[in-house]
Amino acid sequence: MTLQPNFEHHSMNILVCITSVPDTTSKISFSDNNTKFVSSGITYIIGPYDDYALARAVELKESAGSGSVIAFHVGEADSEPVIRKALAIGADEGVRVNAPAKDGFFVAKQIAEYAKGKNFDLILMGRESIDYNSGIVHGLVGEFLGITSLSPVMKLDIEGNSAMLEREIEGGKETLKTNLPLVLGCQEPIAEWKIPSMRGIMSARTKPLHVIEPVAYSSGFQSEKYELPAPRTTCKMVSDSNVEELVTLLKSEAKVI
Amino acid sequence: MSVLVFLETSDNQIKKSALESISYAFSMCKSQGGEVSALVMGNPSNLGDAGKYGAATILQVSDSRFDQGDAQAYAEALAGAANEVGAKNIVLAKTALTDSAIARLAAAWNAAALTNVVALPDFSKGMTIKRSIFSGKAFEFLEVNSEKNVISIKKNAVELSENPAAGSVKTFSPTLSSKAFSVQQMSSEKAEGEILLPDAEIVVSGGRGLKGPENWGLITDLAKVLGAATGCSKPVSDLHWRPHHEHVGQTGIKVSPNLYIAIGISGAIQHVAGISSSKVIVAINKDPDAPIFKVATYGIVGDAFEVVPKLTQALKDSL
Repeated sequence: MTLQPNFEHHSMNILVCITSVPDTTSKISFSDNNTKFVSSGITYIIGPYDDYALARAVELKESAGSGSVIAFHVGEADSEPVIRKALAIGADEGVRVNAPAKDGFFVAKQIAEYAKGKNFDLILMGRESIDYNSGIVHGLVGEFLGITSLSPVMKLDIEGNSAMLEREIEGGKETLKTNLPLVLGCQEPIAEWKIPSMRGIMSARTKPLHVIEPVAYSSGFQSEKYELPAPRTTCKMVSDSNVEELVTLLKSEAKVI
Repeated sequence: MSVLVFLETSDNQIKKSALESISYAFSMCKSQGGEVSALVMGNPSNLGDAGKYGAATILQVSDSRFDQGDAQAYAEALAGAANEVGAKNIVLAKTALTDSAIARLAAAWNAAALTNVVALPDFSKGMTIKRSIFSGKAFEFLEVNSEKNVISIKKNAVELSENPAAGSVKTFSPTLSSKAFSVQQMSSEKAEGEILLPDAEIVVSGGRGLKGPENWGLITDLAKVLGAATGCSKPVSDLHWRPHHEHVGQTGIKVSPNLYIAIGISGAIQHVAGISSSKVIVAINKDPDAPIFKVATYGIVGDAFEVVPKLTQALKDSL
């Protein structure tokens, strides 16, 4: 009798949704009478929260030993570098829906339409995109597909068909247990960001990247114009040897204490 | 235009942000007609405030399962309550709980979800909503043509104002699907008796300039005198000097207090994004060229280890 190694891993099929967003150091400006976002000079990155989701997805697939990670993105051809980066980090395939990411409803509809019937164990993404910050895509996808959605998730472990996770709540966190499939909005410290290796970058070039056309969806609102916050007034300096003056200013001038 | 608001509670009190959402809904009804209804779980001690700030009707749910913040259950209860009172708009204050419920609510109720809203709607041509985008670095105006809307408002989107209304309480038992309460809460950890960062009128935050977690007494002592919440910069939370839920900034919590005090925080653009809607910003930093002084209302160039204890004492003496 030969001893069989334990091959009873649960194969993990994970869809990771990534955004292409201006780097967090970007200065934001608008043109055409405040109706267009100025993208020249902006460096685009994978959304920082999405990057955590991607890193955890790759780890979960590796520890399961089988399955696949699909990096899903809604955007035009110029945002393909974020998908290539996701492939270099460890996603197996990329999917790009060939349309601008108009708003959260439009994006969620594309994700739900693609995921329908494909039996993903997990659909992961960041808690919110850092450009329009709606934070609604995971909940919408969950509702469209009729599966549980949770956010913001800080820790995720899978055992068989169940998930143990930690979710941030106001002033603390909670530990939850539930069954797969799940749609999760992720944030740190769910995983450490992964930096692509040279081998990863090379192999990303030959991994499949499918381009599909969007399904139509009307969201019930449209962007009319943008505005930058009013510049703050000049800082009034107080001497470090006269903190009493600051107390007086906060009381009598600013009236905030 | 009947509007439903959600009265979130904390420690058996309706949160101030929820009372602001009543004022918001009241203003909408004042210009467009209709009245404000409210949904509350449990029996908060200040339930009378709901009428004081403008709620004509309060639907009260008695079901202790709602003590756990199950987004699915809240979404179903809110949709049910809106249908019950015939509301086409639902207004909620942006919190961790409502953040996870509004998307499911909007999708199930066939409504638009309008998030991070910072001002009352402009009804001069249809309905225009102003919302914060790029994590506080800019605003966007949306033309809304959806019949039903879920509006999530940021703190200080509207002045809290008293508008006495009937405030009559009715028992409400929402119809819940089998998906509600399907997630099992194993445990929860919550800081007791602390002022929560997103709710705070005053926030005292520390950065790497404090040199280590052992020096955080400087921050907490000052916060205590002011009745403030404590926050920190991203590096401080990354270094585990402070818990993650205190991280203020573009990828952390965006705050909008009346007073934000930044101590030993240089003012990286990501941190500034998270505090940009604060009314007054005080910066204490030993580097006169620190970018935080560009956004501060008042600044002190000096050593935090000397200035902050003096400031704490001066406040103790004067408050």
